[in-house]
Amino acid sequence: MKLPVYLGMLQRAEQELASSFRTVADGHGDEPDVRATCELLASQCDEHVAAMQPLVDRYGSEPSDEPERLHAAALPHPRSGPLALLRDLQDVHLLASFVDMTWTLVGQAAAALRDEELQQVIADREAETQVQVGWLTTRMKQAAPQALVVAG
Amino acid sequence: MVDRIADIWGTRTAFARGERWPVRVDLRLADGVTEADVDRWVASACVLCSNGCGLEIAVKDGEMVGVRGRATDLVNHGRLGPKGLFASWQGVRNGDRLTRPLVRMGGALVETDWDTAMGRIVERSRKLLAEKGPLSHGFYTSGQLFLEEYYAQAIIGKAGLGTPHMDGNTRLCTATAAASMKESFGSDGQPGSYSDIDECDAMFLFGHNMAETQTVLWMRVLDRLAGPNPPRLVCVDPRETEVARHAEVHLAVRPGTNLALMNGLVRELFAHGWIDEEYIAAHTVGVGELRSTVAPWTPERVADTCGVDPADVRRAAEIFGTSDRVLSTVLQGFYQSSQATASSCQVNNLHLLRGRIGTPGNGILQMNGQPTAQNNREAGADGDLSGFRNWENPEHIQELAELWGVHPDTIPHWAPPTHAMQIFRYCEQGSIEFLWVSATNPAVSMPQAPRIRKILEKEDLFLVVQDLYLTETARYADVVLPAAAWGEKQGTFTNVNRTVHLSDKAVEPPGEARSDLDIFLDYARRMDFRRDDGRPLLDWTGPEDAFRAWQECTRGRLCDYTGLSYEKLRGGTGIPWPCNDEHPDGTNRLYGDGIFPTEYDRAESFGHDLLTGATVGPLKFRALQANGRAILKPAAYHPATEAPDDEYPFLYSTGRTVFHFHTRTKTARAKQLNRAAPSAWVEMSVPDAERLGLGEGDLVRVASRRGEIVVPLRVGDVRPGTVFAPFHYGYWEQDRSGPGDRPTAANELTETEWDPVSKQPILKVAAVRIEKVADSVGPAPAPTNTASRPADASAVRPTAGGPDAEVEERPRETEPPAAPDEGGRR
Ligand code: SF4
Repeated sequence: MKLPVYLGMLQRAEQELASSFRTVADGHGDEPDVRATCELLASQCDEHVAAMQPLVDRYGSEPSDEPERLHAAALPHPRSGPLALLRDLQDVHLLASFVDMTWTLVGQAAAALRDEELQQVIADREAETQVQVGWLTTRMKQAAPQALVVAG
Repeated sequence: MVDRIADIWGTRTAFARGERWPVRVDLRLADGVTEADVDRWVASACVLCSNGCGLEIAVKDGEMVGVRGRATDLVNHGRLGPKGLFASWQGVRNGDRLTRPLVRMGGALVETDWDTAMGRIVERSRKLLAEKGPLSHGFYTSGQLFLEEYYAQAIIGKAGLGTPHMDGNTRLCTATAAASMKESFGSDGQPGSYSDIDECDAMFLFGHNMAETQTVLWMRVLDRLAGPNPPRLVCVDPRETEVARHAEVHLAVRPGTNLALMNGLVRELFAHGWIDEEYIAAHTVGVGELRSTVAPWTPERVADTCGVDPADVRRAAEIFGTSDRVLSTVLQGFYQSSQATASSCQVNNLHLLRGRIGTPGNGILQMNGQPTAQNNREAGADGDLSGFRNWENPEHIQELAELWGVHPDTIPHWAPPTHAMQIFRYCEQGSIEFLWVSATNPAVSMPQAPRIRKILEKEDLFLVVQDLYLTETARYADVVLPAAAWGEKQGTFTNVNRTVHLSDKAVEPPGEARSDLDIFLDYARRMDFRRDDGRPLLDWTGPEDAFRAWQECTRGRLCDYTGLSYEKLRGGTGIPWPCNDEHPDGTNRLYGDGIFPTEYDRAESFGHDLLTGATVGPLKFRALQANGRAILKPAAYHPATEAPDDEYPFLYSTGRTVFHFHTRTKTARAKQLNRAAPSAWVEMSVPDAERLGLGEGDLVRVASRRGEIVVPLRVGDVRPGTVFAPFHYGYWEQDRSGPGDRPTAANELTETEWDPVSKQPILKVAAVRIEKVADSVGPAPAPTNTASRPADASAVRPTAGGPDAEVEERPRETEPPAAPDEGGRR
């Protein structure tokens, strides 16, 4: 059974996502909504990591370093200003989307395994991750015109 | 005669449930003037808070000489509060007014003519448009202009220039009211009516110090409380306000924890079965998620988080759950605090769960702060689209494009209109280089004043300020435009419960001052904004043209004005919208039929996630299939971002006092009001003061991570651990734009942070420390007859007005007027 591969990857990805949100919160402290929301979402990710532990205990987990490549700080570009904000949010969006899809796929496995506990853990966390992706999209769409058309 | 500074709410006219609120006509004329001396009475309504009390302006020899409440007006039944009585006319007719335009020359503001001033604005505007496009322009307007003026601004910004950067100071006062109604009901639009006060059995005031913010509305409550079968009152407020003193249950929650309390109250309704299953099934969606979100919030957990007694949480919930008719009002204690929209939506949810909405005595009043805030929300000179239209709905954009004769893509709708805090951020970053501020004073009223001042003084920001006075903000301007005031121009405006008033022109503006509408129309002409067919974008000649155009914009929308006219509005009372063929006399309450504007085509917003502000979007909104049902929306509580710590151990909250409005530009110029609360102070509880060795009147420094104020201390009735400062006190009396060595503006300390959905700044939660600067030389300059009263009454002389604060009151002079559905008006 390869579910442990995905559980390992998901847990690791949530950790990276938490850390990415924190990187953006620190780097864009002058955008108060970004700072506050990223900090809030980072703590959500922490909770997701913890919530997964019983599943990892049950099914096992294989280490994965894949998500590290997707960390927001891994890409080299300037870290302040309107354009950097957009790029940083976009990087986090990439990782959050990866997490979102991974929850979906683990959810498919849970359904096949008829594991109700697993399904419950997944449903709530997946919904939260979708909101995270939604917030990133909302904020980027708001920032893009000013950053790409007028900002210096 | 009654001294209405000492006796703020005046003489009681008690009445019982279901009776009409008796009339009491309040009258105040200039010293030496009697009613017989008055040449003309000009109909209007007061613009010093959101209540919108109908009144008449006394005119003698071409000058305003006083006011009289209109007995026939649905809103106030003749009464006026201290601000209306003293400041509405004295606050605008005095020698301090701007009478000529000013332009900056060699660093100083110098007088000039209109051609020169407007020429400069147009030159800069055109240059920036050519070089950078419309996103270089921002507009920051008000909650104090007239409907016609907002609509003109909205068209100029959205169809003339094409900039999404338009907002009003309504963002600071009322954005959450609008946001919570959009989330719950699909659209802005006040469900309740003031006449619900006459009908209810219980009343909940959530973060609403009504006694000081809307004094005349509070008179209505006091009159019910003085009569047979009075309503049971529940108050949520960290301060011992007048409301709290009259309340059966006072929940003095720790600032920043409103949502925890609300989640607990909603949970109690579920736990005790105080819900209407049938109504929920027929008229709402989302009950499952609501139930599970509030599940952890037992009264004990609420008590722990909010710092209140669990028994009080239970009692409050029981009153809500078991009273036959229940009315809720909500204001800044919720709107300007953490998780504002989520907390306010929970108020809506309480009513929806019991099906108590839109019928007599069963109402919600999501209040507004300023007198014309509602119009800005309707007309769309703030972060909304005109006529409650939805920026995510292409059909709605198409409708506006047709009304305005421009291509839909001219109208910015790729993202929500930019909110005020973001507009200032873009100014700070330099991507907005042209900012036009009208009828507001951000240098004092916006959070984190030191930062705002830095933005306003930026070299590369071209700042236009349009005002009555040389405010703190105007001192930073490149061009200052002198505006005509209330009573010097004509226009309409709409109060909290949708009641529309016409305010007629009583006197000429001073010097060369012009109405705000004329100024906007002049700009549009000079910019040569045109429709696609070549005709001028705005061809109005005056306010009534603007009103007619606005009526077309509202046709078929919830805020339907098509049944109104200036003539009809001269009929002795304001009229609540929607007013159209179907409801020719207006509409007292909304949603009594349980049908809400959540159909895809009608919705003003597809909504947001309340925790983060992520937009729901058209697809998910469709999937929700609300289709006319209300949306029960919850959010999980999380603590405020700034909590007290060892360095900054107190929670700091800001607010208003009954005697002032906004940054006092009008109220401080009425001597009666100014004497009652002449300068700034800060309030602290007795135990905290004792612990720090501080006494009444000691000069203290209150510091946050962002700035400080140095003001006298009032030892009063705030919650221990919390301090409170009034936000009215800037620096214009000292001819300065900023603090110098005596900072007094409450916003020196507040944080740049806002609610994720409504984007309303959080002005009521910050961490501060306090230290003594000097010993007391007398009591703090705070009133003694409001929430600011001293703990030791004997230590301070009671607030009183004296001879020039005497007001004539005529209780029960005529029969009270009746609202549209009570057989009123024809
Ligand atoms: S309650 Fe408000 S509208 Fe009425 S008189 Fe007072 S300030 Fe004016």
